[in-house]
Amino acid sequence: MLRSVRGSSNLPGSVIAPLACPTNTRRPPLRLALLATAPALLWLALFFVGPMLLILGTSFLSRGDVGELTRPLTLENYRRLVGFGVFGFESLYPLIILRSLALGALTAILCLLAGLPLAFFIAGLPPRWKGAALTLVVIPFWTNLLIRTYAWQILLSPDGWITRIAVALGTVESGAALYPGTGAVLVAMVCDYLPFMVLPLYASVEKLDWTLAEAAADLGARAGQVFRHALLPQIRPGIAAGVILVFLPATGQFVIPDLLGGARTVLLGNAVQQQFGPGLDWPFGAAIAALGLATVLAGVWLYGRVTGGREEVGVV
Amino acid sequence: MKRARLPLGLSAVGLYLFLYAPLAMVIVFSFNAARHGVAWQGFTTDWYRRLLSDELALSAAKNTLLLGGFSTAIATVLGTLLAFGLSRSGLPGQRWALRLLQLPVFIPDIVFAAAMLLFYSLARQWLGLFELGMSTMVMAHVTFQIPFVTIVVRARLAGLDPSLEEAARDLGANPWQAFRCVTLPLILPGVLAAAMLAFTLSLDDFVVSFFTSGPGSTTLPILIYSSVKRGVTPEINALATLIVLASLAATLSVVLLQRRRRA
Repeated sequence: MLRSVRGSSNLPGSVIAPLACPTNTRRPPLRLALLATAPALLWLALFFVGPMLLILGTSFLSRGDVGELTRPLTLENYRRLVGFGVFGFESLYPLIILRSLALGALTAILCLLAGLPLAFFIAGLPPRWKGAALTLVVIPFWTNLLIRTYAWQILLSPDGWITRIAVALGTVESGAALYPGTGAVLVAMVCDYLPFMVLPLYASVEKLDWTLAEAAADLGARAGQVFRHALLPQIRPGIAAGVILVFLPATGQFVIPDLLGGARTVLLGNAVQQQFGPGLDWPFGAAIAALGLATVLAGVWLYGRVTGGREEVGVV
Repeated sequence: MKRARLPLGLSAVGLYLFLYAPLAMVIVFSFNAARHGVAWQGFTTDWYRRLLSDELALSAAKNTLLLGGFSTAIATVLGTLLAFGLSRSGLPGQRWALRLLQLPVFIPDIVFAAAMLLFYSLARQWLGLFELGMSTMVMAHVTFQIPFVTIVVRARLAGLDPSLEEAARDLGANPWQAFRCVTLPLILPGVLAAAMLAFTLSLDDFVVSFFTSGPGSTTLPILIYSSVKRGVTPEINALATLIVLASLAATLSVVLLQRRRRA
């Protein structure tokens, strides 16, 4: 399920066809190919590119008295986003941006720390178990996020056993709850995005050239040194891909901070929801969404660079 | 790395437990007799029985299946055709099309949802189209399903021997006949897997549905969200368990469909 998608953009057809038949046999004929792509591409142009352009356009408009979109064209929404308030510096939105980025980065780091041992474990399994072990990692991802998120409300509730253990270990003061709060958000985020990290990590761990590690060990390197100098450089592309795959969706998460964060953990996603919902300031909401869009575009570009354009999205 | 086996194994077990803890919790507590709190007070199937007589839940289930069914059908046709068209090398704009396909996968739900809401309300204002409801939800779901369908079907197409289709052409089939009678049957397991995946995505979606739904088109995830906001009840756990089991069944059938073609 996972590996099959990897590296599939190099169609064998284009390699084999010239050998099999010297004339032009690139399947299918150009007219049919264009005809086949047209409906879906038109659909995506109308329902994806169109709305995204509308978001960009709206982010330069102003909000009318009853929440309608009006002119003048303005940069006011973006100024507000970076902290220019009516009464001087307003820290609310810069803080939300910073908090989202920090939480995304922290999620990526924790996923990396958890994902490395898991990737090495799966790569070390006998071949016939590997597929099953990877599938087991991905299955929770395909179940409803909302359900997995509210489950943490109960798992982390004050009288739940996780909290009791934490109290017994002295990591949490008795009476204090793990939920709601930033900690609960982080736990659920790592649980949710771990598969995104494990898949690319596993792909590069499996290709590891272990002779380098043996050579390093023979030359007297300790285990930590072997890992750092002989193995780590080889799996760096996998790490970069995994970090991007986790960081991007984590910064834009809405459900997890909404259900587990409480009032203090407002992230970009929640800010968009507030403006498009009760706040009814669509131009400002559009500016926040446009910021998210720009982050994703940068991330996708970076991801393409890191994976050399060879991989498509590795989660399916 | 031989010596690291045991710690690696232990941490892997811990991480698998961590990944499955939320799902296990929901399933276990859907059978807990306790109305409040997290203490175990005996086994019961009462919550499931109550669920079956809950009008709201039943109508939400109907909406969810309608939404999933319609959007999956449309997205599977469009996505499969797109994958087929893209399998021709040297198509103008091919790289751009592939880039475009990555975006809906990466974009945060909430950004896409807000964009759809904006799009629909402007279209309603200017053209009188797109009253929020089941049809707007279907269109939004199709949009995020297409890229996934295309990616899965593309993988299947990539493993296909092009000479089969060429043989059909040599024997006098026109391009459409070659696709329908040779290529399509061969990629069918991939198409089915893609459809399953698309259906699962629709079943899982809350954010996009939440923004594009209208009165009377509440789906199960929306129902769960509004209940959770008021406090988790055992009935919700029962409902969630059923949804999780449906997703598990769909995901496992995808895995099996994909595996069969490798064998």
